[in-house]
Amino acid sequence: MSDLPENLKYTKTHEWAQLEDDNIVRVGITDFAQEELGDLVYIELPELGRKVQAGEQCAVVESVKTASDLFSPAAGEIVAVNVALVDEPEQINKDAYHTWLFCIRADAVADLDQLMDAPDYAQMIEH
Amino acid sequence: MLKQTPLFDLHLESGAKMVPFAGYQMPVHYTQGIIHEHLHCRSHAGFFDISHMGQCLIRGDSAASELEQLTPSDITGLEPGQQKYTVLTNSNGGIIDDIIVTRNASGLMIIVNAACKDKDFAHLKSHLSDRCHFEDLPDHALFALQGPAAAMIMQKFSPETADLSFMQSCEADISGIKCNISRSGYTGEDGFEISVANHYADQLARLLLAEDEVEPIGLGARDTLRLEAGLCLYGHELTEAITPVEAGLQWVFKKGHSKFPGAHRILDQLQHGAERIRTGLVVDSKIPVREGSVIINNEAMPIGHVTSGSFSPSLGRPIAMALLDRSSASPGNILYAKVREREIAVAVSKLPFIPHHHYRLKKS
Repeated sequence: MSDLPENLKYTKTHEWAQLEDDNIVRVGITDFAQEELGDLVYIELPELGRKVQAGEQCAVVESVKTASDLFSPAAGEIVAVNVALVDEPEQINKDAYHTWLFCIRADAVADLDQLMDAPDYAQMIEH
Repeated sequence: MLKQTPLFDLHLESGAKMVPFAGYQMPVHYTQGIIHEHLHCRSHAGFFDISHMGQCLIRGDSAASELEQLTPSDITGLEPGQQKYTVLTNSNGGIIDDIIVTRNASGLMIIVNAACKDKDFAHLKSHLSDRCHFEDLPDHALFALQGPAAAMIMQKFSPETADLSFMQSCEADISGIKCNISRSGYTGEDGFEISVANHYADQLARLLLAEDEVEPIGLGARDTLRLEAGLCLYGHELTEAITPVEAGLQWVFKKGHSKFPGAHRILDQLQHGAERIRTGLVVDSKIPVREGSVIINNEAMPIGHVTSGSFSPSLGRPIAMALLDRSSASPGNILYAKVREREIAVAVSKLPFIPHHHYRLKKS
């Protein structure tokens, strides 16, 4: 698991979060998560403009075998969703760290301080 | 402690993701994933390790007549080499397990579901008289080779399999390895199931997997393949509380047979119809409708629930099977599945979703 991008933050529920300009946080699922889920066939994205709390369930990814909830890594407003994924959910299987699901404008970027860095997440998924 | 099949090392070598299943560590999929494996099996040939399933042998002159009294099916009429899919029923008419019975040279060979092994064997032993000899066969592995290329591959190793019709079996020799081969399977494709002593399992598996057309298939695709083929899975479409009539298994019944557990209720349903029956559902969106999802009609009345639901790799859309009130179960009927507070339109569909390609020798 040495290939975890160092520039991302990670949640216990296997989302990655990338802080960009203007408090924008881009969110996807980790490679470990897509590997565990297997072939993805359906994505349910949050509505634009929805206000979410940190840790609030706000999207669903479904593989052939199972459905899995996604949780927002920060409090804020959903400002973008990756609609292209609705028709091609398998993009996540192909490249989990370059395939984002939604962006939040975070109320406070300090929320991300609660998340794990790559080495901590690597340690978590190894156990 | 989870058990391993004789192919455990081979699964790991093949890149399997192993999961606990019915007390065993089993491959759920290999490196290319469920959808790839599923489509490969439909277009070429898939190799399945199903050694977790239980195998036993019942011997004795009265074996067939005694077993017949535990199932609604014709067991006494089985010719040598012939197989029968049937169910063990309980006294309420529910299903203890679905099984395959084969009459072979040594007796009646029975294959049962892994998760039901202990209760089935206890049930058989407690009901069979001491004129029958019951033998568990834990030292035997079981494989399936399924798909349009399976027959061609099997014939290369064992020419006698060319003469097998669907649900017939024979003893055969593959590169000096003695096995029992039947033309059967649970994917809807033509194919074979092969029982072999554990000692030779790895060797035989490698022989079959070395064929260009053959890829290993995990439990994930095994499930989507059987779902498309409209086949029941124990614990889902079949339980101790679901009768064979509700499950749509009337075709396994022997006419006039009424001496089996639960016959009173089952034969009453057979005559008058069951209140609920198993149907197919096709989903009119990309949203998978999963097991347990409640089905409602257009008046929002609950009329049943989904027993298995997944994505159909062949059709590229979600499909499901459900137990529904018979009055709502006409093909084409539009109903709604509750999925996460939403109501998803589904259409009742005939089964199977994908036509079967079983091989039946033409009688001349």
